[in-house]
Amino acid sequence: MSFHPNEVARRGRVASAALFGGFVILLGAFFRTQVLQNAQYVLQSESNRLREVPLPAPRGVIYDRAGRVIAENLPGYSVSMLSPRADSLIAVLHRLRETIPLTNEEIDAAVRRYRRSPNRPTAVLADASFDVISVLEEHRVQFPGLIIQAAPKRYYPDGAAVAPFVGYTGEVTEGELGSRGYGSSRGYRSGQQIGKAGIEREYEDRLRGREGTRFVEVDARGRVVREAGAREDILPEAGPPLTTNIDMDLQRFVAHLFGDSLQGGAVALEPSSGAVLALYSAPSFDPNRFIGGIPADYWRDLNADPRRPLYNKVIQGRYPPGSTWKLATATWALENGVATLDDVMPTPCTGGFQYGNRLFHCWEKKGHGSLTLSQAIEKSCDVYFYQLGLKIGIARLVAGGVALNFRERTGIDLPGESAPIFPYSIDYYNREFGAGHWNSSVALNLAIGQGENSQTIMSMARFYEALATDGREARPTIVPRADTTRTRIFTLTDAQLGGLRSALAGVVAVGGTAAASQIQGVTLAGKTGSAQNAEDPTRTHAWFVGFAPADHPAIVVAVLLEFGGHGGRAAQVASKIVAHYLKVVPTSHLQTEG
Amino acid sequence: MRRATIADYPLILLGLTLSGYGILMVYSAGQTDVLTGVAYLYRNQIAWLAISVLAALAASRLSVRFLEWVALPAYVVTIAVLLLLFVFGSGAGTAASSRAWLTIAGHRIGQPSELAKITVVLMLARVLANRREAPSSLVELWQPALIAAVPTLLIMLEPDLGSAIVFVGMFFAVLFWFGVPWPTLLMLASPGVSLILAFSTRLWALWFVALIGLLIYFYKPYLLEGVGIVLANVFMGIIAPLLWDRMKPYQRQRLLVFLDPSSDPRASGYHVIQSQVAIGSGGWLGKGFTMGSQKRLAFLPAQHTDFIFAVVGEELGFVGVAVALSLFLVLFLRTVRIAARANDTFSSLVAFGLAASWFVHVGENVGMTLNLVPVTGIPLPFFSYGGSFMLTSWIAIGILLRISSEGRGEAGALAI
Repeated sequence: MSFHPNEVARRGRVASAALFGGFVILLGAFFRTQVLQNAQYVLQSESNRLREVPLPAPRGVIYDRAGRVIAENLPGYSVSMLSPRADSLIAVLHRLRETIPLTNEEIDAAVRRYRRSPNRPTAVLADASFDVISVLEEHRVQFPGLIIQAAPKRYYPDGAAVAPFVGYTGEVTEGELGSRGYGSSRGYRSGQQIGKAGIEREYEDRLRGREGTRFVEVDARGRVVREAGAREDILPEAGPPLTTNIDMDLQRFVAHLFGDSLQGGAVALEPSSGAVLALYSAPSFDPNRFIGGIPADYWRDLNADPRRPLYNKVIQGRYPPGSTWKLATATWALENGVATLDDVMPTPCTGGFQYGNRLFHCWEKKGHGSLTLSQAIEKSCDVYFYQLGLKIGIARLVAGGVALNFRERTGIDLPGESAPIFPYSIDYYNREFGAGHWNSSVALNLAIGQGENSQTIMSMARFYEALATDGREARPTIVPRADTTRTRIFTLTDAQLGGLRSALAGVVAVGGTAAASQIQGVTLAGKTGSAQNAEDPTRTHAWFVGFAPADHPAIVVAVLLEFGGHGGRAAQVASKIVAHYLKVVPTSHLQTEG
Repeated sequence: MRRATIADYPLILLGLTLSGYGILMVYSAGQTDVLTGVAYLYRNQIAWLAISVLAALAASRLSVRFLEWVALPAYVVTIAVLLLLFVFGSGAGTAASSRAWLTIAGHRIGQPSELAKITVVLMLARVLANRREAPSSLVELWQPALIAAVPTLLIMLEPDLGSAIVFVGMFFAVLFWFGVPWPTLLMLASPGVSLILAFSTRLWALWFVALIGLLIYFYKPYLLEGVGIVLANVFMGIIAPLLWDRMKPYQRQRLLVFLDPSSDPRASGYHVIQSQVAIGSGGWLGKGFTMGSQKRLAFLPAQHTDFIFAVVGEELGFVGVAVALSLFLVLFLRTVRIAARANDTFSSLVAFGLAASWFVHVGENVGMTLNLVPVTGIPLPFFSYGGSFMLTSWIAIGILLRISSEGRGEAGALAI
C-alpha cells in the first residue's frame, strides 16, 4: 500500500528535506549577492542613480609683473544634456533647435562628445549668452535632461595686444583627448576648456585648476530627479594665479606702436635675467573671440590673411639676420684673436670687394674707405666684414655660429618655437652643393649675415643679451623660473666688450646707421640690419637689435619689420620702446637714410 | 482518530502575515520618484485581500467530498475557459504578447490559468485517489498524464511558459506523493530532459547512453514501454532544434539572457541585471522601506509584479529576504504536514499539490530575480500585485483549512 501512514510520513520527511534544501540554496544565493558581493552592486546602483556633472574650475588668473591682469575669468553659462542613448540625444537636440539656435555642426559635435563619454553630461553650448539661458530656463520642463551650468569664461582685457604671448583657450579636441598629454588619465574629458596656444598652453598644468563635481540624481530614462543633495558636491579648485615677467605698460605700448600698419615682431628682455618684458607679433588677433568656439568666418579670415596673424613672428618667423649678424662675426674674431677693435683690413672700402671673378657690393656705393673694426660696426661696412670673414675662414665662422648657440632654440617658455637655420659644420656645404662645388666665397656672405642663415627675432635678442652683459645668456622667460643659471657663450675682456658696446652706441649716434633713433639722455646701443627677403627681393626686412643704456643695459630690444626696408626704421621703433621703458624721450626723428 | 481544532490558526496567521508583508511591498513599489499608477495599486490589493479571505472562509466550508465531486465539472469548465482564451485572451506586463488574460469587451476579467492550478490539482487527486495501488508502469499513468498535459499545453500555447512549468512541477509532485517510484518518475521525465539537453548534441548523446543503461539494468520495463521511452527521447532530441526555431523571439531572448545576462544588457538582460543590482545593493539591512533607489528611479522593471522580491531585497536587505523566505518555508512545511495527516488519499494529494504549486512559484520567481532560473514572468504568491492569484492562493488556504480540520489531530511521524 503506497498510502500507508508510514510511507506517507517517509515521503513527508523527503519533501520537507527537499523544501529545506531549496530554502538553504536560495538563502545562500541571496547571502552571496547581498552580503559578499554587496560592494560591487552598491557601486553599480550608485552609478545607475548618479550622474556626475562637472563643475569647471576657473583657470588661474594671469598677471603681469606689476600685478596687472592679463587673463581673467568672467561668469558665463554652459548648456549640457544628459541622455540615456545617442538617438534620444539627437531627438532632444532637434527639439531644442526649435527653442534656441543650434547648427548642424553643433549637434554633430555634441553627439560625438556623447559617444566618447555617455555618462557625462554632453556639452551642447560651451558659452551660451544670457538670452539663450533665459529662454532655456523658461522651457526647462520640456527638456528633463537639460543642465545649465555656471561656467567661468576666459577673458583677456587687452585682447589682441597680449594674444601673441598669452595665446587662448578652447575646447579639448578628440585628437588631443587621444594623445598622451590630454588623455583621460590626466583627468581631461570631452567638453573641457584647455590652453591652446601661448602661455595658456605652456602652463596648462598650473592654470587648469581641478574640476569639481556635482552629483545629480537621474531616473532610468535619464530625467533629472534631484539636482542637488544626492551626494555632497566636490567643489572645483581654481587654478593658482600666474605672475609673468611681462610689463603690461610696455606690452600695450609695443602693440600700439605696430598699430595696424606695421607687420613684424618685437621682443624686449631684461638682460640680466632673460625676463621677457614685452613680446608682440603684428598683426595680432583677438583671443576673446576664440572663447566658446571660434566663429567660422573669423577663423577663415585669420587663416586667409597673407600677413599671417596666427603665426608668432618673434619665435616662429625665421629671417636672414643681415647686418645684425656682424656682431657675431666680430665677437668670434675678437674672442679668437683674429682681429682687434682697431685692426684695419688690407683693402679699403670703395663700395665693393672683388673676390675671385665676382664683385661683392657694400651697401654704401660711395664706399667707406679705410675703417677699424669699431668703425666698420658703426657704419655697417660690408667690405670690412667680407675680409674679416675670409680671415676667420668658413670652417671657423660656422663653428663660431654653432658655439654662439645660433643653431639652438632659445628655450623660451612658449610652445611652437622654431629652431634657427644655420650650418652644423662645413659638411653642410659639401652635402648641399657637393664637395668641390663651393668655395670660400660663402664665408663672405656668412660674415655679413646672409647665406645659409635664418634666425628668429628671439634668437637675435638672446645673443644681444649676452653682449649687453658679460657674454652669458639667460634663457628668455615669460614666467619667472627658479632656475636662473646663465650660460656663457663667449669670453671677451672688459675692454673688448666695452669697445663693442661703444661701437654699437656709435650706430645710434651721429654718423651711425641709426642716427635718427637717438634718445635724449640715454645711450642706445644696437645694430641695424636689412635682410634679403625671398618673397620680394626689392623689399627687405628691417632689423634692429640693441640695448640701452649702453654702459649699463637695462633692456634688450629686437625688432623686425617685415618688408620694412632699411634697418633704420626698425631702430626707430626700438628706440621708442626703449624710451618708453626707460621713461625718456627720443630725439626728433630726422629721416636721414644712411 | 479525533477531530483537530476547527481552524488551523497557524496557517491563517501565515497567510495573513505573508499577505500583509506583500501589501506593504506593493505599496513601496508604488513609491517612485516619478509617480505612476502603481502608487495607488496597494489599495486594490487590500480590497483583493479582503475578498480573498472571504473566499477562503467560503472554501473552508466546502466538504472534501464536495470538492472531490466538483473536481470533474470544474476541470471541464477550466479547459473550456482556457480554450476561450484563444479568442478572448490578451497579454500584460512582462508577457505582453501572450494571451493569459481573459478579456471581454476590453475588460480584463482575470487570469484563468491561476484558478486552473486548483482545479487540475483537484482532478489529479480525484483520478489518483480512485486507484488502490501506485502505478508500476508508465502506461498506467496515462490518465493523470492526460489530465495534466491538456491544460499545460493550452497554457504553453497562450504562451505562458512560467505557468506551464508550475503545472509540470505540480504533476510530478502529486505523483511523488502518491508513491510512484523514483525510477518511474525519472522515466516519465526523461523526454523532457532530452528536450532540454538536445540543444547540445554531446550532452544529449551522454544522457541517451545513460538512459539506455538505466532502462536495462535498473528500471527493467516491459518491452513496449522501454521502446516507447527510447522513441520519446529520440523524438524530443530531434524536435528540440525545430522547436527553438519556432519559439517566440522574446522566449528565445530570455533563455539566452539567462545563460549570459550581459549578452544584451540594454534590452532583455536589463531586467535581470537591474534586479540583481537592486538586491545586491541592499546589503544586510537594505536601503530602508520605500527608499530603494533602483525602484524609485525606475531602473527596476515590473517592480510591483514579477520583480517585487527585488524590492524586498533592495529595501529590507538580506534580513528582509530571510524573513520572507522563512515565512514561505514554514507555510510549505505546514502544508506538507497537513498533507501527511490528511484523512484520505484525495485530501492528502490535494494538499500536497497545492504546496507544490506554491513552491514552484516561489522557486521560479525568487530564482529569476537573482538569475538562478530564466525569466518566465511568474508572480510571487501573496506578494505580487494581482487579484486572480491572491484569490487563488487564499482559496487554496481555505481548502487546506478544511483538509486540516478533517485530518488526524495526532502528528504522524512528522515533527513540525
